[in-house]
Amino acid sequence: MSALGELSKMKRRTGPKSAAEKRDDRRDNKAAYVFLLPWLIGLLFITVGPMLASLYLSFTDYNLLQAPNWIGLENFTRMLRDTRLHNSLGVTFTYVLVGVPIQLAVALLIALVLDRGIRGLPFYRSIFYLPSLLGGSVAIAILWKQMFGTTGLVNQLLAMVGIHGPGWISDPKTALGSIILLHVWTFGAPMIIFLAGLRQIPVMYYEASEVDGASRWQKFRHITIPLLSPIIFFNLVLQIIGSFQSFTQAFIVSGGSGGPSDSTMFFTLYLYQKGFGQFDMGYASAMAWVLLVIIGAFTAVNFFASKFWVFYDD
Amino acid sequence: MTTNLQTLPESDDNTSTPGTPRKQHKKRESRGTLSFSRKARGKALTKHAVLIITGAVMIYPLLWMLVSAMRPNDLIFKDPGLWLSHLDMSNYTSGWSALTHPFGHYMLNSAIVVLGSIVGNLVSCSMAAYAFARLKFTASKLFFGIMLLTIMLPFHVVIVPQYVMFSQIGWVNTFWPLIVPKLLATDAFFVFLMVQFIRGIPKDLDEAARIDGAGHPRIFLRVILPLMVPALATTTIFTFIWTWNDFFGALIYLTDPDMFTVPVALRAFVDSQAGTSWGSLFAMSVVSLLPVFLVFLFGQRYLIKGIATTGIK
Repeated sequence: MSALGELSKMKRRTGPKSAAEKRDDRRDNKAAYVFLLPWLIGLLFITVGPMLASLYLSFTDYNLLQAPNWIGLENFTRMLRDTRLHNSLGVTFTYVLVGVPIQLAVALLIALVLDRGIRGLPFYRSIFYLPSLLGGSVAIAILWKQMFGTTGLVNQLLAMVGIHGPGWISDPKTALGSIILLHVWTFGAPMIIFLAGLRQIPVMYYEASEVDGASRWQKFRHITIPLLSPIIFFNLVLQIIGSFQSFTQAFIVSGGSGGPSDSTMFFTLYLYQKGFGQFDMGYASAMAWVLLVIIGAFTAVNFFASKFWVFYDD
Repeated sequence: MTTNLQTLPESDDNTSTPGTPRKQHKKRESRGTLSFSRKARGKALTKHAVLIITGAVMIYPLLWMLVSAMRPNDLIFKDPGLWLSHLDMSNYTSGWSALTHPFGHYMLNSAIVVLGSIVGNLVSCSMAAYAFARLKFTASKLFFGIMLLTIMLPFHVVIVPQYVMFSQIGWVNTFWPLIVPKLLATDAFFVFLMVQFIRGIPKDLDEAARIDGAGHPRIFLRVILPLMVPALATTTIFTFIWTWNDFFGALIYLTDPDMFTVPVALRAFVDSQAGTSWGSLFAMSVVSLLPVFLVFLFGQRYLIKGIATTGIK
């Protein structure tokens, strides 16, 4: 069968295409669009269409009942004056810039400990992975709300060692921290990606460096990190994009309010309140485009910066 | 290495306390292997200690919730331990009937949305993936690039017009806004996952089928689909978990308690109970996590393979 495959490849390589081949290609083209039909309809009506519509709505005043009213850049200049929005950006940036690096560091650390023939790997891997499947659910957010409450699990445990803890989620200083902790708790998914990446690093590199008398830190710094850098980059990009869109946990923990005193008012939560609480849909659309631009900018900067630290083998 | 360890004298240790000359001599003789294997054993022990402690800290809240759901309300705010003096299932019975409908009603609603989404994703994504992986067509590279970009697109950019559209055709408070997008392959993650998988299937198989006179529908159904069962399994499992947990979509489209899925029902429960019935709230949270846990238990292999190859959550 493989010979057959070679033959057809050879035939393709030599000379101009025969009539039969051209017919095949045309048939391919037609078939491709038939296979792609659901995806194309989705792209048009569920993705690109609504995207452009929301771009249009961002220049209008629209409350769902009356027709959109063109107001030019008014929504965007309003954003410049909206201090609650500035605060929500601060909350979201803090969440992303603190939560993602800590989560990835923990994921990498545990992956390094798990790497290379430790006993009971499948067991440990399952234990660490389970929270990332459950972490996005309302049920876990409810658990978190109890745990970090004034008389919640965390303070009960702290009381056993004589510490009187604050009401973590009712104190504006610590509420966001509790939600960041929930994000860190879901490190299992990037950990598994790290594990897969670590397995790709040839053992001979480590063996060769041992012959040269490299220390453990030197091996980590000069072998593991460079060879794992594409995976680190990949995790970083994905986690940043995902974290900017985080919503459920802050919504449930704060009861939909983003409180106390807007300390857990994520950008997405504020967008939801504007769009679906007050039906200020023009403003919500403008906010959504700001979010898209921010995520796009972060991703672009990431890709640009990757030139300086990501090492590609080929 | 382990056999080495067993034959080593037990009394030796690495401290610098001077021992008898004989002992010192023995130590020097076997220093290479001795220090190495002891170091290795110590290292392994440290590793296990780190892993067990981290794992215990991570899993403790889950176990505690499970136990607390079987405790009277006041104990939930007093007892941080896992010891259960007696089994009390009353939280489950009271939680089950705490809302407008019995909790089973919401689970059924969730099951309908989940089932529709799974079917939708399997059919539409595998079709698109076949085209991207196997067929030559105009603008294929452009479309493939667009498909990859849509993976990154935040849901919020499309949600307002989508809501307007679905509300105008009267689909608010139906399951259609949650299911129809899946029938149209908008979960581009899975298209990508399947493209990667199909690319790994030897092309000779399609060519042989083609020479036998099979058209694309037949190659797709008879050759490719049976070989991509692992990718279909990964898609099914992830779709199940994500749809079961989906809160944002349900929050926006389902406002009628008749149509509530489990996440929005739980949210209504939190709002209504005002801190008085944490036990039953925990009980229903446990119930809501159970299907995800079962899927995790039986589908772990596909989950781990799925994330390792595409990096999805």
